[in-house]
Amino acid sequence: MAETTTHVAEPTRRDFLYIATGAAAVVGGATLVWPFVQSLAPDAATVAAGAPVEVDLTPIAEGQIVKVFWRGKLIFIRHRTAEEIKAAEDVNVASLRDPQADSARVKEGKAQWLIVYGNCTHLGCVPLGQQGEYHGWFCPCHGSVFDTSGRVRGGPAPINLPIPPYAFASDTKIIIGQEATA
Amino acid sequence: MSQHSTTYVPKSAFGKWFESRLPIAGLVHSSFIAFPVPRNLTYFWTFGAILAFMLVSQIVTGVVLAMYYTPNAAMAFQSVEHIMRDVNYGWLIRYLHANGASMFFVAVYVHIFRNFYYGSYKAPREVLYILGVIIFLLMMATAFMGYVLPWGQMSFWGATVITNLFSAIPVVGETIVSYLWGGYSVGNPTLNRFFSLHYLLPFMIAGVVALHIWALHVPGQNNPTGIPIKSGKDAVPFTPYATIKDIFAVVVFMLFFAYWVFYMPNYLGHADNYIPANPAVTPAHIVPEWYFLPFYAILRAIPDKLGGVIAMGAAIVIWCFMPWLDTSKVRSTAYRPLYKQFFWLFVVVCFLLGWLGSRPAEGWYVIASQICTVYYFAHFLIVLPVLGFVERPLPLPNSILESVMGVQKGGAGVPAGANAEPNTKG
Repeated sequence: MAETTTHVAEPTRRDFLYIATGAAAVVGGATLVWPFVQSLAPDAATVAAGAPVEVDLTPIAEGQIVKVFWRGKLIFIRHRTAEEIKAAEDVNVASLRDPQADSARVKEGKAQWLIVYGNCTHLGCVPLGQQGEYHGWFCPCHGSVFDTSGRVRGGPAPINLPIPPYAFASDTKIIIGQEATA
Repeated sequence: MSQHSTTYVPKSAFGKWFESRLPIAGLVHSSFIAFPVPRNLTYFWTFGAILAFMLVSQIVTGVVLAMYYTPNAAMAFQSVEHIMRDVNYGWLIRYLHANGASMFFVAVYVHIFRNFYYGSYKAPREVLYILGVIIFLLMMATAFMGYVLPWGQMSFWGATVITNLFSAIPVVGETIVSYLWGGYSVGNPTLNRFFSLHYLLPFMIAGVVALHIWALHVPGQNNPTGIPIKSGKDAVPFTPYATIKDIFAVVVFMLFFAYWVFYMPNYLGHADNYIPANPAVTPAHIVPEWYFLPFYAILRAIPDKLGGVIAMGAAIVIWCFMPWLDTSKVRSTAYRPLYKQFFWLFVVVCFLLGWLGSRPAEGWYVIASQICTVYYFAHFLIVLPVLGFVERPLPLPNSILESVMGVQKGGAGVPAGANAEPNTKG
């Protein structure tokens, strides 16, 4: 029926030229888009300014939360009290939205120092310290609640306050931005 | 542009010479002079003209402000204060621009709800309507980026919250956000690119507005009866009738606009935005500008980050499906007694969502937001499709003329054969 026109034309040199031209245009177009998209990424100066920073812990009193910046991001350094550490440890980890033991969120033997990013994991507001049901943090924007380990315990935040890379250079000094192998 | 295209005949020799080379005078004549306008249009049909005026007003004031503004994180706040205190009439131009954004949204919301009430989104105006939704989305993007430019506390934290919405996207979210910021947090590169885009988008809006008007001039305007023009007696020419009426409405709207600018220029803003941006402190209570509040309430109603972002996006995207979700053949709600009640309930829910968006996210406000969000979506997904089947509409008038003048005795009525819709042929 319709197969009366079974004549399959040999691909001609013109067909080849069409396909080659089309392919070159697609590849060329995509290549040209690349630098424009990449220009939106953090630039070299911003990346360079993201080098590790040292923080002296001696002036931070027990119970105090200090704010520092690294890579333009806010970081909380919290000198936790014994009570706050106990409250963070005495939690059924399995019941958490983002299950993580308190010991996994601090450096071994340095349980009094909690170092977390200071922007709510919901939409990036700065949570208020020592507030909320668990006296950890409370985000005033959309009501996320964090405990004294910076773990999410209520509200719309999907995950715990993340831990930035940091290492103890000595008992009273940390280097934020450096992993703890040194 | 459509069936009533050019009856324009240039009179002068130059006019003929020019028209045969660029028929723009004929285009203007057919679109804005001879164009037939339903004779029963109310003042709700003047908001298109008001919106066109607001777009021009925002572009003119914005271009002037850009001459004095410095898009740099260290200087932006100071440069805005410089505009307010030092630049001649800078205070006036900035207040016109800032309040103009609010007036733009006042007018667009009236325009949108007029469209919902009179079923203007239904065939044959679906493309016209969807272009309108695109304009609204562009307006939202433009307004948001504009609010970031003064680099006050609300600017900074508004930018942080809104750009972080994209971090809800699985896997690539964080990368997208750092590409939006041009850094690891909202900073100078963010401000620079927002300024660039804030200047670009209004011209894109102008482009889509041209398409919107073009698409309007194919089927012609809807009207309070929802029935199409069937004879010349149903219509009046655009000029002078609609022209003068639109100009009058624009002047009245300018009075309303002027009231805000001169008597309460900061009422619609936030005091926190007169504090320079500080990345270490979030304002006690972050709220977007009033025109985003209903969508913000929907975002917060969902106790899940990705879910909230999807719901907020869906709240607008769902508008695009209205022409197909609404199963009723009757356009105008004036003839839909049941839908009329649901329409006003929907309006109330939208206002309630707006109010809830301005409240803190705690206690019963959250539950009320959730109930309103469910109803908002139910209006589109349940009420609109179901009512078309169960509702019994009131009898429609035979013509626009009849709806205005009453049933005419003697030959003045509409010919019996005129019931076919000439406009649905597109």
